[in-house]
Amino acid sequence: MLTKRIIACLDVRGGRVVKGIQFVDIIDAGDPAELAHRHAAAGADEIVLLDITATHEGRGTLIDTVQRTARTLFVPFTVGGGIRSADDAAAVFDAGADKVSINSSAVARPELIGEIGSSFGAQAVIVAIDARRAANSNDPVRDAEVFVSGGRMPTGRKVLDWAREAEDRGAGEILLTSMDTDGMRNGFDCALTAMVSEAVQIPVIASGGAGTAQHFVDVFSHGANGGKADAALAASIFHFGVTDSRVLKEELQRAGIPMRLPC
Amino acid sequence: MIAVIDYKAGNLTSVVKALKFVGAETCVTQDPAVVAQAEKIVLPGVGHFQATELLKTLKLTEAVRDAIAKGTPFLGICVGLQWLYEGSTEAPETDGLCAFSKQCERFPATYNGAELKSPHVGWNSLENIRQDSRLLRGIMPGSFVYYTHSWRAPVSADTAATTPYGGDFTAAVERGNVMGVQFHPEKSSVVGLQVLRNFVELAC
Repeated sequence: MLTKRIIACLDVRGGRVVKGIQFVDIIDAGDPAELAHRHAAAGADEIVLLDITATHEGRGTLIDTVQRTARTLFVPFTVGGGIRSADDAAAVFDAGADKVSINSSAVARPELIGEIGSSFGAQAVIVAIDARRAANSNDPVRDAEVFVSGGRMPTGRKVLDWAREAEDRGAGEILLTSMDTDGMRNGFDCALTAMVSEAVQIPVIASGGAGTAQHFVDVFSHGANGGKADAALAASIFHFGVTDSRVLKEELQRAGIPMRLPC
Repeated sequence: MIAVIDYKAGNLTSVVKALKFVGAETCVTQDPAVVAQAEKIVLPGVGHFQATELLKTLKLTEAVRDAIAKGTPFLGICVGLQWLYEGSTEAPETDGLCAFSKQCERFPATYNGAELKSPHVGWNSLENIRQDSRLLRGIMPGSFVYYTHSWRAPVSADTAATTPYGGDFTAAVERGNVMGVQFHPEKSSVVGLQVLRNFVELAC
């Protein structure tokens, strides 16, 4: 049976993981390659590495980090941050990434989705969408808006429209981050996630708001209030009680969510 | 030496890296002469079935057919497995190798009355593993492997394992020296590496 995926996300700056993933209260959480392997061994289904500086000067460091991380990593490996062209993507793929995540650059120039997809396949292109509910709308979820530049700039585009366009242009997956729930640890935005998941055929990865294992159960659920997500990004949850993917997955399995448990 | 055929269908880095990790010497090639001389052949591939048209153009189809006939072990991965069949509804004008009968077809839009998402992306289980499979030796039923695809090969007597998604499809196919996997062994953690190791360690 197809399982729901738990994706470990590493935020990287200058070649170091800057948000603690597995350890409480650690700002410099360590070496990306080492942490990626530890997550994979603990049962994470995929690894995402986000370059949160994404400066021009930092690209060399990033490529080196990707190479070191990918060398002996045998689960799907996604790299995001600062990928603005098909050439940027090609460099990251050559370094060993399996997928790239593009966000602002895809909104600015949607053709980029197809350009990367035509060389590397649709499965290699994740379109990341930062979404905020439309506070002044009668239907804040349906009218949720796309933000870019790390959530600083509104685009006036509806999340629903952009998700559908991304799919039409050949995106392989959608990584949907709710800016309303991100960092709050009160649970994913299940209504938003379900709306996008029902609107597109491609997998939707939920992100933002995880605080407990139950939050993952909710976002994976296909029930009335469930998020219907295919995968979920786990980052800060590992700060708060749940120590690693294995523990999280065992809890989800007990709650009836199909999981791949590590051997 | 294992010839890894490059026909510009996606990224070969991961496949080559995984083969090397399990001890193989590899050579990425488009040259039919290299394929003809290889001890073993791997045909990776992601993306559109039509990309396999290049194999014919580069005379690699003939080289592979001849190599298979003289007993060279062959492993197709993802679209590389699909190419072993007669073709795919994804690109009806493009011929497969016809090592196995029938066509690859798209996942149905619905299954048992429920909507079925496609592509099929993620970790799913290997079931009905054939006891005599050399490729899947040591792999336990229920082991998880990583998939990303929208077309699938039909189940037949040559199927070495199935995976359930919209009904059973061929997860692995094997007849003599001709083998294929629909999943990505290079991305399937220890289970996938075991499959690659089995292939690399096959006696020629």
